[in-house]
Amino acid sequence: MNIKISFFKCKSSVFNLIFFIFFIFIGTNTTVFSQSKTLEVCSSCEFKSIKKAVLSANDGDTVLIKKGIYKETSIEVNKAISIIGENNPIIDAEGKKENIFHCETENFSISNITFQNVGMSYVKEFAAIFIYKSKKFVVKNNDFNSVFYSFIIQDSSDGEILNNMVVGTMEDETKAGNGIHIWKAKRMHIEGNTVKNMRDGIYLEYVQHSTITKNKSIGNIRYGLHFMFSHDNVYDYNEFTGNGAGVAVMYSKRVEMYHNNFHHNWGTASYGLLLKEINDSKIEENTFQDNTTGINLDGCNRISYKKNNFIGNGWAVKFIGACYENSFEQNNFLSNAFDLSYSSKLNDNSFNGNHWSEYTGYDLDHNGVGDVPYRPVKLFSYIVNKSPDALVLLRSLFVDVLNFSEKVSPVFTPDKLIDDKPIIKRIHIND
Amino acid sequence: MLKILKYSIYDLLRSRWSYVYFLFYLLLGFVLLFLNNDVNKAVITLMNVIIVLTPLIGTIFGIMYFYNSKEFTELLLAQPIKRSNIFMGQYVGISLSLTLSLVLGLGIPFIVYGLFRSAAIFDFTLLLVVASFLNFIFVALAYNIALSTENKIKGFGYAILMWLFLAVVYDGLFLISLIAFNDYPLGKFSLIATMFNPIDLSRILILLKLDFSALLGYTGAVFKEFFGTAFGMVMSMLVLSLWVILPVLNINRKLRKKDF
Repeated sequence: MNIKISFFKCKSSVFNLIFFIFFIFIGTNTTVFSQSKTLEVCSSCEFKSIKKAVLSANDGDTVLIKKGIYKETSIEVNKAISIIGENNPIIDAEGKKENIFHCETENFSISNITFQNVGMSYVKEFAAIFIYKSKKFVVKNNDFNSVFYSFIIQDSSDGEILNNMVVGTMEDETKAGNGIHIWKAKRMHIEGNTVKNMRDGIYLEYVQHSTITKNKSIGNIRYGLHFMFSHDNVYDYNEFTGNGAGVAVMYSKRVEMYHNNFHHNWGTASYGLLLKEINDSKIEENTFQDNTTGINLDGCNRISYKKNNFIGNGWAVKFIGACYENSFEQNNFLSNAFDLSYSSKLNDNSFNGNHWSEYTGYDLDHNGVGDVPYRPVKLFSYIVNKSPDALVLLRSLFVDVLNFSEKVSPVFTPDKLIDDKPIIKRIHIND
Repeated sequence: MLKILKYSIYDLLRSRWSYVYFLFYLLLGFVLLFLNNDVNKAVITLMNVIIVLTPLIGTIFGIMYFYNSKEFTELLLAQPIKRSNIFMGQYVGISLSLTLSLVLGLGIPFIVYGLFRSAAIFDFTLLLVVASFLNFIFVALAYNIALSTENKIKGFGYAILMWLFLAVVYDGLFLISLIAFNDYPLGKFSLIATMFNPIDLSRILILLKLDFSALLGYTGAVFKEFFGTAFGMVMSMLVLSLWVILPVLNINRKLRKKDF
């Protein structure tokens, strides 16, 4: 019996211990909750300036900025706090050459604030939100008006930039800053932002394993999207419209671009998408419309282009050189001035099963595939490669005669450059 | 002269060919817009047709009319009417009736498809102006040829050759020279070379209005700089007018010496 009782006692003490630990756990938890407080900032609040509120906040606190105009710069954020605007407060840098927020920490967020008038400098870049060596942050629903740079993010990872609106008033490339500027970062998520009239809409350098999705980059004076040395990123459902030089991406591997829209990038030095030394990538189901050049390829290898729409471009695809093993399949080429410009050897690049609006062949067995191969390179486009001035004769009758005679018996154009299975009807692509 | 003009216009309006020409453009306009449903794009396609076809039709019509109405003309010449009045009346009559067919034939479908509501109205107007110029130019050139050759077949042949030269061969020579002198800056040269061919000039004018200059690279920039300004526009209209005036003056010069 004794033994039994002691056993029971023993058991109850174990229970007690568990309860004790449980209560301590809850207790400490509640103490954490009670410590996390909200610091309000407004003209009649305890804190009149954001800087002081941020200074006296602790990890886990919320700084709530109420409606008003705050003329502050160089606000250091070095703890895990949420900075939230209520009723759209404005932080005005008054043209000072300083960052508004300087963040260097983990687990923070900045949202619902309007930033304006960050000063321009030729020497150093200043941003509305400067994030340095930070992790796990969220910046969302902010507005940026006439700022030099809206975001500069350096040496950071796991950040989210969501639904921000950047509107610049840039005119001169040398005086302008970028919308979202990221240098050296990993696992970033950039979604739903709109960038207008800056220098580069989205600028990424050494950014890896990131997703860039549903952004709009419109009317920027240089590039809508510009990245270099940024591997393993996914770009989808973005829109790049009317940018001075279109989109230029360089020196990156394993880039994936799906469902993007590149349109109205029209000018003497404009490209829908300029690819320079991009390898092992996928470019699928994008639309390239009304660009001077749809895609410009320079030293690009092993890229798959599938189910893209090329509509009304000057050149749909322009090969500059040193491109190997690019494959074009199931794309639509519709009323481009030139479907393809090609200046080097074929180099294992292939065109198969695309729809070409200029295809004049027939399909006797009605299987939807043309019976005569299509030659996308016209003699005139070959001549234009040799002497660009000849473009003056675009759409002249002589050129049509020339193209026709070359089509009947190819002499100059690369004879292996053909689409063996041109699709008769326009290929359906889900946008 | 006005009376002759009136009679030749009546004469032409009664002839089948004016209607055929009118109906052709009407059909072309409707079909293009039906297939495209985009006024802007239709203007581009139309340009392709117009810069080739208008000169050809103008040339053939001009030369045909001259030879066909030769007997009536000779009858008129017996009357106390100035020679230049007779021929100028005929010339303006043909050109006007052709232009009328073209403007109405293309204008009606475009208006029906909502030209006034689209931004393409200026491009379209320019297209019509250029096409009218081409009519006047090529009828005048055809008259020049007709006046200097008595032989119908020969005259016809020369006229077609003239069209072929300006529409096709000229561009070939142009292209060869561009390739041969590839190492030199050719902006100015191409500018001048286009001035010497009304078809090229019309083509470039319309292309630039449709903002193809971006495609044309360096030369395009030179062209845009020239044609983009009011001066360039006036200049090119002036050159087109010269292309009308010089052949017309030549007709009058020839008339004075010609023995009918």
